[in-house]
Amino acid sequence: MAGSEAPDTVKILIAGGFGVGKTTMVGSVSEIVPLRTEEPLTVAGLGVDDLAGIEQKKATTVALDFGRITLNDRLVLYLFGTPGQQRFWFMWNDLAVGALGAVVLIDVRRPESSFAAIDFFERRDIPFVVAVNGFDGSHPYPPEEIRDSLALPDDVPVLLCDARERTSSRDVLIALLDLLIASAKQG
Amino acid sequence: MSESDAVAGRLVRPFTLTGGRTRPSRACFTLIATVTAVDPPPDHAPRPQPEQARILRRCARPVAVAELAALLDLPVSVVVIMLCDLLEAGLITVHPPHPVTDRTLDLDLLQKVRDGLGRL
Repeated sequence: MAGSEAPDTVKILIAGGFGVGKTTMVGSVSEIVPLRTEEPLTVAGLGVDDLAGIEQKKATTVALDFGRITLNDRLVLYLFGTPGQQRFWFMWNDLAVGALGAVVLIDVRRPESSFAAIDFFERRDIPFVVAVNGFDGSHPYPPEEIRDSLALPDDVPVLLCDARERTSSRDVLIALLDLLIASAKQG
Repeated sequence: MSESDAVAGRLVRPFTLTGGRTRPSRACFTLIATVTAVDPPPDHAPRPQPEQARILRRCARPVAVAELAALLDLPVSVVVIMLCDLLEAGLITVHPPHPVTDRTLDLDLLQKVRDGLGRL
């Protein structure tokens, strides 16, 4: 019964600051309407600094929006985005483990909101590309200027994109795969 | 009831489905592990509870753990504990994700992913 045989699965993370377009990007390339799942986090697991602003809460949740792309009949790609304002997705232990790599989305009007995501992937040696999501599709700054302002190393690709556009989001993912393939060839 | 109580209640209630357990007995049910109901179920299998039966209906065909959780509107951690029970009862099988470690980036796999994206 080949039809019911489970496919191999891989995942890519779509990260970045609040309102930068992560769920939009997931939705523009996903074959399904993005699904959402929420996970309770135990406050005991959070560092003291992380508790600022949530002292009154007994528990907090982190939400994930995700989509799916069937790449061939044996291989399925999942895209996980972290919606909303929570910084707490860093606490989701399973999320980054086993990811092929990540896309960090940047809003040129508020690039600092994506610093934490860049930092997260750099610290864990998870390969990533930076995709600048133009507000309403416009791009006032060239990629190199953005690279400089984010102090990104030369080997991190910086792309301009429109997360609403399927082909644009696809091209960002392809750029990530090209980065992964190049580094796999180097050994 | 205060707002924070309401939030806590919404979070705590699903764990009644797990008999109060908050940790899974197995580590195999990661977000993109796929689960499939065993069909027909084994003769000796215990009769599934209603929530377990909901899960089994959803995984008649292979489905990822994250998708199951979203479709059932339950936290992943709750679904995972219930999947552990179903696996121990012989009612489901689990297929792990393609292994990915930073040491062994699998060129063949990456090329397949890229080719698939190129066809979009």
